[in-house]
Amino acid sequence: MELWFTECHTSDVKFSIKVNEQLFSVQSDFQRIDVFESKEFGRFLTLDGYMMLTEKDEFIYHEMMVHVPMAVHPCVKNVLVIGAGDGGVVRELVKYPTVENIDMVEIDELVVEVSKKYLPFTSCALDDERVHITYQDGLKYVRACEDKYDLIIVDSTDPFGPGEGLFTKEFYGNCYKALKSDGIIVNQHESPFYKEDALAMQRAHKRIVESFSVSKVYQAHIPTYPSGHWLFGFSSKKYHPTRDFDGMKWDMLGIKTKYYNTRLHTGAFALPNYVEELLRDVE
Amino acid sequence: MKLNQNEMPVYEALQKMKRERIVPFDVPGHKHGKANPELTEFLGENCMSVDVNSMKMLDNLCHPVSVIKKAQELAADAFGAKNAFFMVGGTTSAVQTMILATCKEGEKIIMPRNVHRSAINALVLSGAIPVYVNPDSDKRLGIALGMSVDEVLKAIKENPDAKAVMVNNPTYYGICSNIRKIVEIAHQHGMKVLADEAHGTHFYFSDRLPVSAMEAGADFASVSMHKSGGSLTQSSILLMGENVNPDYVRQIINLTQTTSGSYLLLSSLDISRKNLALNGNEIFEKVCGLAQYARDEINNIGDYYAYSKEIINGDSIYDFDITKLSVNTFDVGLAGIEVYDLLRDEYDIQIEFGDLDNILAYISVGDREREIERLASALSEIRRRFGKEKSGMMDHEYINPIVCASPKQAFFAEKKSVKIEETQGLICGEFVMCYPPGIPILAPGEMITKEILDYINYAKEKGCFMTGPEDIEIKSLNVVAE
Repeated sequence: MELWFTECHTSDVKFSIKVNEQLFSVQSDFQRIDVFESKEFGRFLTLDGYMMLTEKDEFIYHEMMVHVPMAVHPCVKNVLVIGAGDGGVVRELVKYPTVENIDMVEIDELVVEVSKKYLPFTSCALDDERVHITYQDGLKYVRACEDKYDLIIVDSTDPFGPGEGLFTKEFYGNCYKALKSDGIIVNQHESPFYKEDALAMQRAHKRIVESFSVSKVYQAHIPTYPSGHWLFGFSSKKYHPTRDFDGMKWDMLGIKTKYYNTRLHTGAFALPNYVEELLRDVE
Repeated sequence: MKLNQNEMPVYEALQKMKRERIVPFDVPGHKHGKANPELTEFLGENCMSVDVNSMKMLDNLCHPVSVIKKAQELAADAFGAKNAFFMVGGTTSAVQTMILATCKEGEKIIMPRNVHRSAINALVLSGAIPVYVNPDSDKRLGIALGMSVDEVLKAIKENPDAKAVMVNNPTYYGICSNIRKIVEIAHQHGMKVLADEAHGTHFYFSDRLPVSAMEAGADFASVSMHKSGGSLTQSSILLMGENVNPDYVRQIINLTQTTSGSYLLLSSLDISRKNLALNGNEIFEKVCGLAQYARDEINNIGDYYAYSKEIINGDSIYDFDITKLSVNTFDVGLAGIEVYDLLRDEYDIQIEFGDLDNILAYISVGDREREIERLASALSEIRRRFGKEKSGMMDHEYINPIVCASPKQAFFAEKKSVKIEETQGLICGEFVMCYPPGIPILAPGEMITKEILDYINYAKEKGCFMTGPEDIEIKSLNVVAE
């Protein structure tokens, strides 16, 4: 018997992983949550059938979401993390002793529970005393915040389904208000490769560019996401991601990473021509 | 409800027609969509296959004897009415029918000045003469309210020959007059009560909402099923009470109604009626909850005022429809219409309307909390990015119109354009609407007085928003030629 998990990356492209066992499946108030065990990718989590993370390649996404802004901002103390119920972003953040407080806002409590039970490799730092979890729509939470955070990390699902509100202009505007005058926001920015994904990426980019004076995009290779080519947004009220970046200082921290390094930091902002063009079209 | 509300006679007849694979040698010529592949691709085969003409098994809207008749009986039962007619020309056609069925040429009808345009247009058809009642207005909110019972009584006493009283139940903004009391005094004086319930379908299916016209004893009610009832746009229901002859009303309807009533519209009424009858209470409970949540979140932003039952004053605001999300934008320093445009242009959010001081967002069972979050967040952003110092408030005074000619006479009369400063004493040939509070200053057939001209100047200076006349700057008006 063969058991395969399949996600359609487009209506004509499928991505499949051979599954040893399905560990968990539930329909929460917001989405369907599944956890599988596989030989090639280890454990993996899907929401509504979309790949969220695998044990084998999650480090790429989580390191790139966290260390890029942390190496630019001179002193991050107060962080807001939106989504990220699996805990991967928090795991990277707690490596910084300067971080005093992490507010994590996840809409679906079940994602956190499931992650704590089945995904210890990402959820391991959720019990850190600096972490405070609120179960709420991120859009609602951030509406009430003003001049509060040094860094906001938006680890959302795709812009259809429960994460839709996190790709809107009102959300980015509310984040602008919630950030301090030198605050940074990093968001997952979808993929530029397949047509539908590229359109979603452009829509998100257009709305964020309208809200922040600095809005740059960087990339990473994530084998289990559609096309494997993934983008992140770096937006800020003050800091430029490569010009205001102090690689030496970050190296001195001695943080151990598997993907991120300070040479790659600068390189990640160098984008292929076709991606630059897609971005320019909406800037 | 006495009948089995699970039944859907029109829907079931259409299903049966499909099962029997009837070969169509009748209209419509698209023949279940086969003759128009592009349209069929767009609307779907299911939709095209039931866009059919009246036939034996499907009954006939003009003279219903079988499934449509049965469906209308079920609707009457669900709404607590004596009789009900399915309307395929929108609630406008239902309002027209109510007026044509009660007021003949030259007869009077008492109505609030903030009546819907469709009612005044119906007067053009019937030749009836309007007697307007001052709807109180709220200066702070900049909206017209309901009719006070005393004002209605005064109009009735002054016009004992009037045939009917018309009531908005509720207004666009969700405000209700004391319709029970109005019915009582109108009936005492031998007048019929016509309710415009274009925004009140849901009143029939929840005990938390204001009283419905039929329950209050009104003689007619025009119910926009396609607004809060969930049916297709353009479908509507006309309800009638005990003392109305339905056969006469049907004759009136058939004067202007199509003889090819759409089965898409009719089946949507049938299916929606069943859903409301069986699940309405639960549905509107959810809508009330969503609207209240939205009000709380919007009021938390600051400066916006999403109002509710606290504005009730026992008379001209006798009750308030809590499913309505009306938000006053005055303290944000932005006109409602500006907020309306910003929501659409900047935030991809389409709301129902914006006037000078208010916006109205339509909440239904199709909304989820996450959409409410978007609306609240966008309003919060609009305040942060675009908020201004508030401007001076408008002092609105109600001017009693002098009706010199019926709307019908004024409509069909020869007209000429005259500079506004030279129009005093002439008879107006068009509408002049002023926002706030959204009621006409002049309607066709009314005398242009000095008081009115002064008011138009004052309103223009105050930056009021005026619509209606052909000349949008209102430098001239069309008047009835001598």
